[in-house]
Parts: sequence; structure tokens; C-alpha cells
Amino acid sequence: MLNNLQLNSEGKLKHFLSIEGLNKSLLTEILDIAESFVGIGDHQIKKVPLLRGKTIVNLFFENSTRTRTTFELAAKRLSADVLSISISTSSTSKGESLLDTIRNLEAMFVDMFVVRHAISGAAHFIAQQTAPHISVINAGDGQHAHPTQAMLDMFTIRQIKKDFSNLRVAIIGDILHSRVARSQIQALNILGAAEIRVIAPKTLLPAHVESLGVNVSHNLNAGLKDIDVVIMLRLQKERMSSALLPSESEYFKCFGLTEEKLKIAKPDAIVMHPGPINRGVEIHSKVADGPQSVILKQVSNGIAIRMAIMAMAMQKQGAM
Amino acid sequence: MLEINYLLSELETKLRLIIAERQLTNPLLIGIRTGGVWIAEQMHHRLNISEPLGLLDISFYRDDFSQIGVNPNVKPSQLPPYIEGRDIILIDDVFYTGRTIRAALNEIFDFGRPNQVVLAVLIERDGKQIPLCPDCAGVSIILDAGQRIKLTGPAPLAIHLQTMEDAA
Repeated sequence: MLNNLQLNSEGKLKHFLSIEGLNKSLLTEILDIAESFVGIGDHQIKKVPLLRGKTIVNLFFENSTRTRTTFELAAKRLSADVLSISISTSSTSKGESLLDTIRNLEAMFVDMFVVRHAISGAAHFIAQQTAPHISVINAGDGQHAHPTQAMLDMFTIRQIKKDFSNLRVAIIGDILHSRVARSQIQALNILGAAEIRVIAPKTLLPAHVESLGVNVSHNLNAGLKDIDVVIMLRLQKERMSSALLPSESEYFKCFGLTEEKLKIAKPDAIVMHPGPINRGVEIHSKVADGPQSVILKQVSNGIAIRMAIMAMAMQKQGAM
Repeated sequence: MLEINYLLSELETKLRLIIAERQLTNPLLIGIRTGGVWIAEQMHHRLNISEPLGLLDISFYRDDFSQIGVNPNVKPSQLPPYIEGRDIILIDDVFYTGRTIRAALNEIFDFGRPNQVVLAVLIERDGKQIPLCPDCAGVSIILDAGQRIKLTGPAPLAIHLQTMEDAA
């Protein structure tokens, strides 16, 4: 059901809601197409005419800077007309239901929704309800998925490490609440990474986390051994108040990435973070700004990957 | 008539003439992927040009995107960073409807504003749908209904005249 919703009758991308249910060749196709968009930022005219005349609406029911801006730039570089609506200024705050908002926007002849919502499954719901010619891209739903972030991370990893099959990847921090981690784990497994290791205190790991296809460590020093790619997750401050963690400084002592700890990983390991970073909480500034950090590269790559996904979802959709 | 070496020599001769006539002292050669690049490589060699060949992939500029979608084998175009004011020789294998050339020109102008663009093709065939035409061609031919030309390469380069039944 979930798979069918994302793909059309010819197996091409129609909506992009979650990594789950997509196969290796489709993920690779996304990465390949994104590759060809990378150079466009260097052109005198930073645009290609692929989505000229299409209207894309960014529907952000939750705050975001990086994701919303890169989606917006990606749409503009594809020559689409793009409109960003955030919840605080919209009529949902006046009591309009989500479905009514969608129906109203449909009546304005839009072609694509990019949706971020605090509730898991919101993008799926919209994809199910919306008119058949409209594509929906999930820009993060609750604790469920953030598939474009995962794809831009895969893209960044492939750019530097070339191949997934020998890679050991550590994902460190709040796995329990992280939609990014969930999507990354799925993508790394589909693309055939040698090992995915999650490193976190017990309170920040979901039950039966091993069933996602990962190894588990509760110790950062031990867990970083032989690692090629270090992915840090943001520690959401509200976790402290919910008593899952003693304090920020305590967390940093045990799970914060410092230059010393990074030395335990392979010497050519790269450090990634989906942002926004909390300096001194999950990552030391010297690491975040250091030579092994690819955090800003991730941001740039977000544009190319989102261009690829939007272009693919907007291509002709089989016989209706 | 469709012998590859003969056509390449014809094209070379005509290109030399245009280069002399228009006084193109430092032309930039650009080939359109895939077949056009093969022909451009030949001309690049024969005309003894030292500057690397520009490669153009027009996938993102095609007018049939909504019908056929993104080509997953699309590769980034490789043009020098400054084409502003340059004299460009744009090379393709077969000139047919003209749509490829329209897309290529649009892409080139997104890189900058060249001084002039010369269009050279190995074979010009009938069937154009856009008011564009090559400045020089190895040969101009009229095909029977259902016939089409296919180039294979890069080594060996060969021209095939197919009828629709062959292709099917």
C-alpha cells in the first residue's frame, strides 16, 4: 500500500514520502540525477527549464530554515513557480482543517506539495487525499521519516567515499526521536552499507532497535572504532526536561564528539550532521568546523538532491 | 553516399571554409551528447584545436520532458567557465527536426552570451519542424518515409540507414 502510493504503474516516482519500499536502483537513480544538477550552481544562469510553468507549494506546518530554503531554491532552479506557506501565517491557525487547506490549494491549480508536519504520516495522508495529478514530497513528518535529508546524506557520502559496500557508518545521538536517523538507516541498508552502528544512551534508543538492521553501542569510544562515516544527531533540548537525560554537560561528556574521540574512528572518517547543530552539546566546535566535517557540503547537496526528486516526481505520470 | 570518412572530410573542408570566412581565430568546439560528441572529437582532432572540447547534455532542456521524463543517464554538461563573447562551433551528428539544436542553444545561452554560434552537422536530413538550419553539413539528404539514420560509435564510427521495420 505504502509502496504503491509512492510509485506509479510504471514503477516511477510519483510521491516521495519515505525511503521504505524503494529499491536500490531507484535510490541510485536519484543520486545519479542529482549528480548532474550539482554543476548548475556554477552557470551564469542558475536554472534549467525542466519544471517551467509548474507550481510547487511548500507547506510547512513546522519550522525549518535549511529544508525549506533548499526546497525553495531547488524548485526555482528547475524554473518552477514556488510558494512557501508556513503555519503561523496560514488559516489552519484559524481552525481550517488540513484537508480544507489542501482542497483550497488544489483549487489554485498547484502541481506539487512539499510537506513538513509534526504528525507522523501527514505527508502520506495528503498524498492519499489529494488530486491524482499532484505529487507530494515529504519534508519531514513527526518522528517517522525525512527521506530527502537521508538522500542528501547518501549523496554526500557517495561523493566522498564512492561506494557503500565497505562502509561502516555510525549514527550517534537521539535515535528514538529522530526521523532523520530512521530514513538514513533505511537508505544505508538498501544501498548496501557494510555496517550501521547506532550509538546512544538506552533512553534515546527505540525498543528492538536491532530489528532496523543496525548494531548497537552505548559507548562512544568503543563504538567509533573502524568507522568511516560519523553522523551526529541534534539533541533536542526538550529531551532534557522529559528526564530522558541528566544534563547537557553530562551528555556531552559521554556522547559529544570531540577531536580526541574522533581520532578513534578511521583517519579519513567524515563527520556529518543534519543541522541545526548544538555546539558543545552533541558536537564540539572544533569538530564541526574541522577538516573532517562535511556539514556545509550536506547543505549544498540538499539543493541538487531535492531538484532530482522534484524533477522525477513531476515527469509524466503513466496512463491515468 | 553515407560513408563515414568521406562525410567527415566533407564536414572538415566546409568547416575550414567557414572558419576562414568568418575569421574564427579561437573557436570553441562543443559537441552534443552522444553522437555529436563523437563527430566533434573528430573535428577537434582534424582542425588541430588545443582547447578541450565542450560537452553539452541537453536532457534538462528538451521540450519533451513532460512526455518522457528525466533521462537517468544524463551527465553534466562540461563547458569552459567563460563562454561570454566566444565564437562557438556547435556540432551534432544528424540535423532532423531542429528541436535538439533549439535546446542546445538555450543551454549555451544559460552559460553566457557567445559572440556567434556556427552549427555544423555530419548529416542534414529532411523533416525540420523549427526554423533553424545548419551552417554546414557533411551531406544533405532526403529520406524515404519510414527511414532513419543511426550513428554508432565512438570506435568504429559508423552510419546506419534503417527503415522502421529494421528498427522494430
